[in-house]
Amino acid sequence: MTTHTPPIPAQDLPVLGRVTLKSAVATTELARRIGGVLRAGDTLLLSGDLGSGKTHFARGLIQTRLTTTEDVPSPTFTLVQTYDAGDVEIWHADLYRLTDAQEAWELGLDHAFETAICLIEWPVRLGDDIPVNALWLVFETDPDAEDTRHLTLRGKVDLPLARRVAPLMVS
Amino acid sequence: MQCYLPFMSVTTIPLTILGLESSCDDTAAAILREDQDGIHILSSVVSGQTDLHAAFGGVVPEIAARAHAEKLDLMVEAALQQANVSLAQINAIAVTSGPGLIGGVLSGVMAAKGLALGLGIRLIGVNHLAGHALTPRLTDGIGFPYLVLLVSGGHCQFLRVDGPQDFTRLGGTIDDAPGEAFDKTARILGLPQPGGPSVESAARNGDPRRFALPRPLLDRPGCDLSFSGLKTAVLRARDALISEKGGLTEQDRADLCASFQAAVADVLAEKSRRALADQGDLTAFAVAGGVAANQTLRAALKEVAGDTPFLAPPLALCTDNAAMIAFAGLELFRLGVADDMTLAARPRWPLDQTAPALLGSGKKGAKA
Repeated sequence: MTTHTPPIPAQDLPVLGRVTLKSAVATTELARRIGGVLRAGDTLLLSGDLGSGKTHFARGLIQTRLTTTEDVPSPTFTLVQTYDAGDVEIWHADLYRLTDAQEAWELGLDHAFETAICLIEWPVRLGDDIPVNALWLVFETDPDAEDTRHLTLRGKVDLPLARRVAPLMVS
Repeated sequence: MQCYLPFMSVTTIPLTILGLESSCDDTAAAILREDQDGIHILSSVVSGQTDLHAAFGGVVPEIAARAHAEKLDLMVEAALQQANVSLAQINAIAVTSGPGLIGGVLSGVMAAKGLALGLGIRLIGVNHLAGHALTPRLTDGIGFPYLVLLVSGGHCQFLRVDGPQDFTRLGGTIDDAPGEAFDKTARILGLPQPGGPSVESAARNGDPRRFALPRPLLDRPGCDLSFSGLKTAVLRARDALISEKGGLTEQDRADLCASFQAAVADVLAEKSRRALADQGDLTAFAVAGGVAANQTLRAALKEVAGDTPFLAPPLALCTDNAAMIAFAGLELFRLGVADDMTLAARPRWPLDQTAPALLGSGKKGAKA
């Protein structure tokens, strides 16, 4: 019998890195570096308030992995946008409009977590179904600098994904 | 596989088409008939969820394919009943086969295949965006070429339309669509969802000049647009007010809404002016999509249209509906287009497959 273990909330997970990004360009560059080390089965949970740069980060990451250039629209209305990145799919989801974690199953996210690179905005909507082996990227704005974002990386220390991403957390 | 049936094109008159649309948050069915007198919308029903929206502080998406399938059955029945038409009188079925929410698109395509197979009639897969872009021909009977600004919750693009299958994208949003910006502005200001009507209503009592919000991408040539930075600017203006005086008054909200709306109108108007200037002889400049309901935006677009006739279809045909899918199906039927049982649901399906991708801000930040 398997027992279901609820995920540890982001704020209780160890901090694996912090970086201050002073411009949208700096955010894009970090997204490209992180995009370079992601593999099938990796999930990044992008959290932060409206306007904190989640979609901007995801767009930069996706564009660095696409083999042919194509639009990377906001997934707010379609919930999920999928991209073909050669040998792996990228799923970009915005779960804000979900009202029930069950709905993520309808989107096919459970399967994607295992086979694709997943970038998930508003992951709290997943409730207990947040993948435990995912990394959290927590975005915060800066009250004194309009273009600056503070980014905190949280997750389980022993994750192979964490070992790949944490060293990249420099501005 | 889609194929052409050249000898079946114009011969069937009267022609009755059933349209199905389930690619977004709504499920819809419609029946269109073409006879000697022209084209008639016999019925158009939409199972919206607007009544639920406010309760959740966001627009509630219909995700489950099963729920869509159940609703489709009900919508088809209602459409037939309102049109006083029986299934046996339907000559063809047009269905949105993309782009959109995968569960919805899939269930629409499956339902259409089942009906087409059972009735032994033609199946036609329609691009949801083509449905919007062709609507001015349904409502006003205009000829080609014309310019459409498609502006909704999930889309924003300028399309030159030269035929039912001939679309050229002149520009579009590099990040969010305006409808999304309206919804997020409403979220930021604590106004009810959907944001379009609530922001417009609050803006009526507001001063559009109080907050100097950015006009993104006006400094760049061309017709591309950006709305993500505008939403962030609204957020900053709100936070500045809160830290200054502890909260927002009703007047602050109204002024922020009016200033936001003015920025969207300015940007859409200027980019429309550029799109029109580039195109020369057009039969019309039309606006489509849910955001086209906004009166301030309509007025701004009408003004830049100048001598080009400006068309804004009635709201029920601007927002997602199945009459536009039936009509696009009718246009394709006339061209002899037919799909078979391999018709696939396509979550992504750009209308203009040759247009360069919209890369989004990154090099320079989307601020004007």
